[in-house]
Amino acid sequence: MSRSSVTDFDRRNRDWYIDRLVQAVVFIGGISAIVFIIGIFVFITREGFSFIATEFDVSGFFLSQNWRPTSESNPTYGILALVAGTASVTGLAMLVAIPFSLGAAIFIAEFATGRVREVLKILVELLAAIPSVVWGFIGLSIMNPLIIEWFNVPVGLNVLNAGIILGLMAAPIMTSIAEDALKAVPDRYREAAEAMGATRWQVIAKVVLPAAKNGLLGAVLLGVGRGFGETMAVLMATGHSVNIPTSIFDSVRALTATIAAELGETAVGSPHYQALFTIGIFLFAITFVINLTADLIVRGIRNK
Amino acid sequence: MMFAASGQNDKDRRIQQLYFVLFGIMTLLLVLPVLIILTTLVVKGGPALSIDFLFTKPTNGMTAGGIFPALLGTIWLVLVALLFSVPLGVAAAIYLSEYAPENVFTRIINLAIINLAGVPSIVHALFGVGAFVIFFRFGTSILAASLTLGIMTLPVVIVATRESLQAVPQAFREACWNMGATRWQTIRRVVLPNAVTGILTGIILEVSRTAGETAPIMFTGAAFFLPFLPQGVLDQTMALSLHLFVVSTQVPDMPEHLPFGVALVLIGIVLIMNSVSIALRMYLRGKKKW
Repeated sequence: MSRSSVTDFDRRNRDWYIDRLVQAVVFIGGISAIVFIIGIFVFITREGFSFIATEFDVSGFFLSQNWRPTSESNPTYGILALVAGTASVTGLAMLVAIPFSLGAAIFIAEFATGRVREVLKILVELLAAIPSVVWGFIGLSIMNPLIIEWFNVPVGLNVLNAGIILGLMAAPIMTSIAEDALKAVPDRYREAAEAMGATRWQVIAKVVLPAAKNGLLGAVLLGVGRGFGETMAVLMATGHSVNIPTSIFDSVRALTATIAAELGETAVGSPHYQALFTIGIFLFAITFVINLTADLIVRGIRNK
Repeated sequence: MMFAASGQNDKDRRIQQLYFVLFGIMTLLLVLPVLIILTTLVVKGGPALSIDFLFTKPTNGMTAGGIFPALLGTIWLVLVALLFSVPLGVAAAIYLSEYAPENVFTRIINLAIINLAGVPSIVHALFGVGAFVIFFRFGTSILAASLTLGIMTLPVVIVATRESLQAVPQAFREACWNMGATRWQTIRRVVLPNAVTGILTGIILEVSRTAGETAPIMFTGAAFFLPFLPQGVLDQTMALSLHLFVVSTQVPDMPEHLPFGVALVLIGIVLIMNSVSIALRMYLRGKKKW
């Protein structure tokens, strides 16, 4: 073959360059997610940094329950009560959401068939679509009077109210991820068990659930992350009072809600403003760890 | 009879039926709230709805009148957010589906996408304040709020687009490559035309998500009340989601039907968008030839 015929096959014509250009452009899209995650960390740290450098001490921040940022004489920034608020509401929400979501996921994936299954999946999807401010409004205007009436308590905006609301918000996500995990178990596992004479429940309990264990755990973790970071609904349904709860009828205040309620009233650069960004860094770090763990658990089985 | 049902079989079957009923009831209890909530909102908010309600300004300290500025503001916010996030999200999905090798770097991108979706909305708000309002000096504006919303909902577009791109059979691509087409020619002529409806369902889903978000826009561009309509992307605006928060918590002497009306309009927009997206997806599945 002569040398010139080799260059005839050189693919670097106009189309080749366009292809390269497109590849570069879509690559920028691809790395944008990484850029934004780093950007989020950099910019919230930038605003909160001088608080961490000067006023911040670990015990005063995490172990004090005195959140009094607007005190004239001696402002204090202890988030223990806020952490307790978030934890109590998220905890109750998970108590409601985990069994119901896993039950619903098993029903939709393993028992329901045909049209029933389609309708249930659509309803779960629509449940997930309801905006958080609407959930907050439901807590405020529908749940609040119901709780006052049923339990004979003075205030219906409390851990119970926000916990139920948050449970309903986290449940559809947990249900659909858990359902995916169950669907990912190969049918031949089920067929093998059924061929041995197992009932459908025995197949689920002895074969499908153990095989889908990690995916289900991932679903639960993502649900926790979702509940933990929820803002508008907990702002509106918890009663928003700084308090370490002793019963589910106590009003509390969540970390996220504190930022949402107070950021608008603070001067840019003030210690209060920076303290709110420091809470933001804390929230970012926790959800990052939760998402990372969930991903590692879910991928762990896939690689096996 | 050789295979007569033993007592053990009967017991097994009863257990199975028990679990069927138990999980069925759990599922119902989970989906029932959607129906109860919708019914309540329609019953209590329905009387507030009228053409006037949609197309007039709030009056009397927001305790009367309509929601027009909030409705228009939400449309502004959603459109600007889409202008930013759809091209970026589709590009990201094309990269991940068509170009990205299976390596650690691609896995980090996927992890970043999951995290972007998992970061609390209020943290996105803080980011929007720190980056767009202060650092890039956009001030509290539609631009700053929409960029914040766009970044927050980017994963919705990426995930939906990537799924519909990956649903195009690999054989289609191979056939095209064998004809001497470049990767991009293949994507443009074969992959994208076959995936466009799926991408559309993702975009509609993003509209629904964007319209409902409240926390990310509170401090970046949405205002409690404005006497005038926004004229450009550097103006502040009212928004439907924030308006619901304001009329249900911040205004004294609010007539009960008004917040219910606002909630009904907001949830109506969101659920209609989602239903369209679901319907489109089902139509697509029915039409699929491969």
